Amino acid sequence: MAARISVPATAKKGDTVEIRIAIQHPMETGFRFDVNGRAIPKNVINRVTCRFGGEEIFRAELGSGIAANPFLDFFAAVEESGTFEFEWVDDAGVRGAETAKIVVS
Amino acid sequence: MGGRRWRAGRRDREDRRQLKRLLALAFLAGTALAADRPTPLKSGVEFTGADARALQADEFANPGMLWVARGEKLWSEPAGVSGKSCADCHGDAVKSMKGVAARAVNLDGRIENCRTEQQQARAFEPESQGLLSLSAYVAFQSRGMPISIPGTADVQASVQRGREIYHRRMGQLNLSCSQCHDDHWGRKLAAETVSQGHPNGFPAYRLSWESVGSLARRIRACYSGIRAEMPEYGSPDLQDLQAYLAWRAQGLAMESPGVRR
Repeated sequence: MAARISVPATAKKGDTVEIRIAIQHPMETGFRFDVNGRAIPKNVINRVTCRFGGEEIFRAELGSGIAANPFLDFFAAVEESGTFEFEWVDDAGVRGAETAKIVVS
Repeated sequence: MGGRRWRAGRRDREDRRQLKRLLALAFLAGTALAADRPTPLKSGVEFTGADARALQADEFANPGMLWVARGEKLWSEPAGVSGKSCADCHGDAVKSMKGVAARAVNLDGRIENCRTEQQQARAFEPESQGLLSLSAYVAFQSRGMPISIPGTADVQASVQRGREIYHRRMGQLNLSCSQCHDDHWGRKLAAETVSQGHPNGFPAYRLSWESVGSLARRIRACYSGIRAEMPEYGSPDLQDLQAYLAWRAQGLAMESPGVRR
């Protein structure tokens, strides 16, 4: 699973920054059938979390209504330098993780 | 008598003018056949919607960039008996692959060739994630560069064969590519706007695929649309068509990974 995170490299203390993450995933709904007529099991990323300095700052619970390759966008106020640590898991139990650093002055 | 002569003279002049007009028309028709491509050239993205255009232009939000990112990793991963990666021979793709996709008429074939001949690895399958990622990564290095294919005899012969296929009616709907993409581009086909059929966004992220796909896959979708038998991936027909499409789109800027509907 490839993923990309967009976080500004630097920010001023107290700034609100935009954080974006795109994850490559088929987000299989469970409602489709393969060419032999068998149901394709549901497999979506069901949880995405973001931690900053060990503390959870963002959590999203996704379902089968989210399109493939989900793209999430949120804002956070930053007080100190640190690392955004993203983690996610899909219905098949496959986990992914990606990090992005920010320097706050 | 004088009057009649005058009238005859006028008729001669008229005839000559008529002839000139006909010749001009014939000349124009001749150049149109020689040019044989839509004017002005418009990229496929112009026939999508504002949302797809915005998605393509945003280098982060463009979902095709996920494949580019994966291709970047693959570029330096060793593969096959040789234990070599793409980077071991080609170095930094940002430099060595710049413009390659704008000149190539069969990028996938060349990647597969490198893989089997140089890396001595098993070929990727057509439309496999590995091949799509690598081709998207290589094509991305040509973003903004105009398509310009080589004038070599084999490429031009392929273009000629492709031109013939492009104008051949086929399928249960008995349509040629040209009848939609030359004669009716910009008009509606149900909810879709018919494009000019250019390859400059491929490999592209197609929203209906929810994935990046190759130009070959897109052409096969057209075959299916006119209810014709789809050519196999890597078949000569598909390669010739791709060569002709590249010839026809010469001058258009590469925008892979494009976003299409």
